[in-house]
Amino acid sequence: MLQTKNIDKYFYQPTEFQVLKKISFEVKKGEFLSMIGKSGSGKSTLLYILSTMDTDYNGELWIDNQLVTGLTPNELAEVRNQKIGFVFQFHYLLPEFSCLQNVMIPALKLGKLSVAEIEERAYQKLDILGLKDQALKPASKLSGGQQQRVAIARALINDPLIIMGDEPTGNLDSKNTSIVFDIFQELTRNFGQTIIAVTHDDDFARKSDRIIEMKDGEILV
Amino acid sequence: MNISSAIAKTYLFSNKKLTAVAVLGVVLGMSIYIFMNSMMVGFDRSSMASIFKSNPHIRLYKDDEVSQPLLQSKSTTPIIINPKVVPVTNTIINPNLIIETILKQKEVTVVTPQVNTNVFYNNGKSQISGLSVGIKPDEANLMYDIKSFVVEGNFDLLKSNTNGIVIGSGISEKMNLDVADNLNLTSSKGVNRTFKIVAIFKTNNSNTDKTKSYINIAAAQQLLKEGSSYITDININITDPENAEIVAQKIESVTGYNAEGWKQANETLMAANKMRKIIITFVSLTILLVAGFGIYNILNMTVSQKINDIAILKAMGFKGKDVIQIFVTQAVSIGVMGVLGGMLLATILITVLKRVYVGGDIGYFPIDYEMKKFIQGVAIGLIITFFAGYIPAKKAANVDPVEILRK
Repeated sequence: MLQTKNIDKYFYQPTEFQVLKKISFEVKKGEFLSMIGKSGSGKSTLLYILSTMDTDYNGELWIDNQLVTGLTPNELAEVRNQKIGFVFQFHYLLPEFSCLQNVMIPALKLGKLSVAEIEERAYQKLDILGLKDQALKPASKLSGGQQQRVAIARALINDPLIIMGDEPTGNLDSKNTSIVFDIFQELTRNFGQTIIAVTHDDDFARKSDRIIEMKDGEILV
Repeated sequence: MNISSAIAKTYLFSNKKLTAVAVLGVVLGMSIYIFMNSMMVGFDRSSMASIFKSNPHIRLYKDDEVSQPLLQSKSTTPIIINPKVVPVTNTIINPNLIIETILKQKEVTVVTPQVNTNVFYNNGKSQISGLSVGIKPDEANLMYDIKSFVVEGNFDLLKSNTNGIVIGSGISEKMNLDVADNLNLTSSKGVNRTFKIVAIFKTNNSNTDKTKSYINIAAAQQLLKEGSSYITDININITDPENAEIVAQKIESVTGYNAEGWKQANETLMAANKMRKIIITFVSLTILLVAGFGIYNILNMTVSQKINDIAILKAMGFKGKDVIQIFVTQAVSIGVMGVLGGMLLATILITVLKRVYVGGDIGYFPIDYEMKKFIQGVAIGLIITFFAGYIPAKKAANVDPVEILRK
């Protein structure tokens, strides 16, 4: 599904510093994987390399049996559009658009389905996340927990191979955190969704299928 | 609609005030550009029209001859070492043949000989000096459209009356002369002759009106004590006055006489025109450019405001060109709205100014709806707005999502 081979990464500012050291691991389909570690351990950096957005590294990254290292930015954009869904600490919804439109944007970009079909799918995804009745409200009018759920629905719209989360519950209270966690768990169990999430929350990590702990640019477990 | 355009539209309408300000900038820039350039075309046209009331497109004449140093051979000292104008007459020899030759050129529309003579107009004891132009009435009318500024009498009578004269309104006022009155002319050669006024013209150029008169070419030749082959100038009109210089050169080489285009003959005026053109072009382009800066500013601001949106869109698979499309679509939409408004405002301005009477030689304000300037303005306006959008769009496209999303 997703595989890394000997990934090294250096930061050059302010001084040369190796953030990641020969990272090699594999993620299987349907796995709910948490990456934990202290600040500066390189877990976020690794996630952004896995997400294909950061291309400045040595080593190889394979997604869905395709070597994505060395692809052009436009090709990478297509890979992300089709195969990866993102959930960040902040929801990053477009405030001028309704929830429904926000969910639809990646699918409209992909352009494989008609607008009517995309709208129907968006309603389905919002329904899974319990937000069907909020669909037509502007994204800026929702509560924080609701916004994060809309962001998850948006990540799901193109049926991605992998959902990547960078502290997906970092901004939420415990109640919303457990809601989001339950959603992730349901997605892996019922829909076979692969999820990779970076988190600080040990409870969250403990409940996931697999934990990767990082320290000083290396995988501990 | 494409998703990038949909986002562009939403951005455009979510901040109506900013959009309106940018559009207004383009409207003003656009309308002033079209308006000023139309005005320039009008000025050029009216100044050309006033030139062509008394000047042909090309004038053929015999230049003064200057004696050349007489050399026995190349190495010896010249015998004449002080070249001066040779005292020969400035007649064009065998004018009829030359006129025929010129008429064979395909650009030429009218060719007419002309004899100018300085005269005194005498009426009783009063005397005015002036210039009497000997013409062939029909051809001269074709060339200068004299009939259009005849205010009294009948210009056609000049043809049938060899003693007929058409005088300027200034002469008629000063000497209290009317159509059918007699007027005595004394030429520089001392010839006295009485003419009958058949018409009075008024060009609104007071100097011309006070001094100029038209008589038959034969009468002018008589005033100068010359025969019917005495022709000093041959005037030529061509299809496009802009080509006068090129055609003049051709005629010069065919006939062997000097041919001078109207631009050469009116160099001061042409220089003034050129200066006006440079200033107007510069000012109007600057105004349009400033409108472009307005768009640039506003889009730059939008890019900064929407940097999170841009980052997440890129994370979700929007390519650089999709992001560029979002912002260029906004710029071009502002541009199109501004251009349409600008054309409307320019049309209104021109319509109003067309009705303003400025008097004198010009009459109504010389401005008209210049289709060419409208098209030019629209093209330049759209190009400027495109680039005003493209630069911030390029900046947006280069946003590194990792930098924004990792915060």
